[in-house]
Amino acid sequence: MKIKEIIEKLQLKPLAGQENLDVDVTGGYTSDLLSDVIANSKEGNLWITLQIHQNIIAVARLKDLAGIIIVNNREPDEDTLKKANEENVPVLCCQEMAFEISGKLYELIS
Amino acid sequence: MSDECVLSQKFKIEGGNFGNAGKASTSIKEILKEIGIDPSIVIRASIAIYEAEMNVVMYAKKGIITLNITPEELHLKLEDEGQGIADIYQAMKEGFSTATNEMREMGFGAGMGLPNIKKNADRFEITSIPGKGTTLDIIFYLNKTGNQ
Repeated sequence: MKIKEIIEKLQLKPLAGQENLDVDVTGGYTSDLLSDVIANSKEGNLWITLQIHQNIIAVARLKDLAGIIIVNNREPDEDTLKKANEENVPVLCCQEMAFEISGKLYELIS
Repeated sequence: MSDECVLSQKFKIEGGNFGNAGKASTSIKEILKEIGIDPSIVIRASIAIYEAEMNVVMYAKKGIITLNITPEELHLKLEDEGQGIADIYQAMKEGFSTATNEMREMGFGAGMGLPNIKKNADRFEITSIPGKGTTLDIIFYLNKTGNQ
């Protein structure tokens, strides 16, 4: 399923990287520890996290993740969005907490 | 080991600069992809070098990564100037970390960095002089696939 369909179905709010929403999503990975995401996420995953600082963009780029979902309506730092746009990494925001949005995404794409 | 280098390149890392953190690793990943290194090795090398780069950003003043590729192996050498590591045995233990609270809040400092490097590399050597700096040699063999 493409990110743009997921955005629509889960009512996510795209905040950056909107040019890259045609990517196929291979699965999801929920974690707030960067080393864990670096070690265990897979290419094409949507990463669910509460981290909002700019280093999440480098992690997403390095692991070729499809995008990042930020939970609990947290607002990413300005630097984060700027970098996301430069690097074409979709950053999406949702009001659910990580447990809920992970469940919804799992149900939708598995 | 052959000395015949197919590619050799250096990348600078600035300690404390979280804004550029991950840049060297991403550049290295792109180069490895471009020259057609086996994708499973590209993934393992990316994980290892990201962790190494973040250690410099968090704990050192500056560092240089030298990427050397020969027909047999991919060698990432990282030399930093900084506080060094007093007890390497302890630092290699999963979960051990000297990260500050601020770093932990950012999702760093899980004590997974050095173990992740070791897990992903085919060969990993680390030497450190406290107060001076740390040197890492992270090596991947290019002629066998499916190794761990």
